[in-house]
Amino acid sequence: MTSLLKTPMHDWHAAHDGRMVDFTGWSMPVQYSSIIDEHNATRNAAGLFDVSHMARFRFDGDQAGPFLDSIVTRRVENLKAGQIRYAMVTKEDGGNLDDILVYRLADAQGQLYYWVVVNAGNREKIASWIRERLPESGVTFTDLTLETAMIAVQGPKAIELAQPLVDVTLSEMKYYSGCETQILGQQSWVSRTGYTGEDGCEITVPAEIAVEVWRTLADGLAAIGGLPCGLGCRDTLRLEAAMPLYGHELSEQINPIQADLKFAVSMDHEFIGKAAISASIEDGKQMKRVGLQMQGRRAAREHYTIHLGDQQVGEVTSGSFSPTLDINIAMGYVQPELAEPGTELEIDIRGKRHLATVVALPFYSRKRKT
Amino acid sequence: MSNIPTELKYVESHEWLRKEADGTITVGITDFAQAALGDIVFIELPEVDTEVEADDDIAVVESVKAASDVYAPIAGKIVAVNEDLADAPEKANEDPYGDAWFFRMEPTDPNVLDGLMSAEDYAAKCE
Repeated sequence: MTSLLKTPMHDWHAAHDGRMVDFTGWSMPVQYSSIIDEHNATRNAAGLFDVSHMARFRFDGDQAGPFLDSIVTRRVENLKAGQIRYAMVTKEDGGNLDDILVYRLADAQGQLYYWVVVNAGNREKIASWIRERLPESGVTFTDLTLETAMIAVQGPKAIELAQPLVDVTLSEMKYYSGCETQILGQQSWVSRTGYTGEDGCEITVPAEIAVEVWRTLADGLAAIGGLPCGLGCRDTLRLEAAMPLYGHELSEQINPIQADLKFAVSMDHEFIGKAAISASIEDGKQMKRVGLQMQGRRAAREHYTIHLGDQQVGEVTSGSFSPTLDINIAMGYVQPELAEPGTELEIDIRGKRHLATVVALPFYSRKRKT
Repeated sequence: MSNIPTELKYVESHEWLRKEADGTITVGITDFAQAALGDIVFIELPEVDTEVEADDDIAVVESVKAASDVYAPIAGKIVAVNEDLADAPEKANEDPYGDAWFFRMEPTDPNVLDGLMSAEDYAAKCE
């Protein structure tokens, strides 16, 4: 077995009862205290997440915009400094290689560059995909993952917790915007992004100061009712918010239209996979991502099969007890004619059928300030 | 470190057993098991009067992360189940050796506990 990658905060996690697991080659905490307590702390106050395992790629040069535009599903060439866009990297057949965030940022001299945040498990795959396609000149590609650390602060009190660390006014930044900032005197980055369905921000700092930044944030949690959070509640939080997770709702066998992520595809530019995705929109016969609510108290889990009468009509991709809603929720793929909310289906849990109803996504959305 | 009371007997599937004065045997899951499972949100128990063989899967524990089977630690008949767990499954996290017992059995072999693991043996297994 190859040794696991460790984030700068690894020793802190271990010293604070973090239950460390192998997550796509990284040793990461799945929980410190309780998934439910950590989940609720994020919904009600603040959760602090080490997300340093996510890959961070930087693109400099005057051809960076056109290059990224050609490999992602949305237009990113026209992003203004500070804007962030969710998009996908697709293959020629429309299959999903990864879902990513593309940031356009400006340095202190006003020079523009791009950042792309990629799922941890897809870092090498996407890096190779990029290197094989880079133009001969005009783009410099740098993988910053190991020399930086990324910390997500999420929840209604997240901004209050993170504000003292940064030299920009977080409350004035729009959701899905980001910028450079100084943290502990070091060049860092902050964005109003996250993967929990809550308000909050994500901070990226040089690895050398990561533990100090993490400690400063962790020390502030108790006073506001927050908790350090592991990947366990990150999964239940994103599931309630119906955010897809690569390897579950997304894979190379699923295109963005099937995944109900049409908003993350724009047809007004050329990109790899465009023709296949366009055909898929016309077709409309492929399996579709839906939300499911279990009627009983058994939870649906990944790979459980979905049935209507004696026919298998789909498969569950993620499922769990929902701490916020106190019900069992799941996402999965079903035949398109069964994707209407209200449709009653059955899920096979070890040979026994359990009733489930198709429901609109997301399961949970926060009350937004106007 | 997990709590392993010395007066109980144990099986490899992380259940504890206690002989009651009337000869029945009370069964629950161990502290080690509840900690490994994490937050428990649902427990499905067997029907009273069911005859079971050792190692039959007869109950299910759903934690946030996963569903896990609970096996009959010995052969016998289920004579009682802990109905309180239906509304308060979290008790299995809080008090695994007390309030959160799972079921009681009438053993086929009254001396069956003699062959099971002591607390010391079980502790060694959990290391």
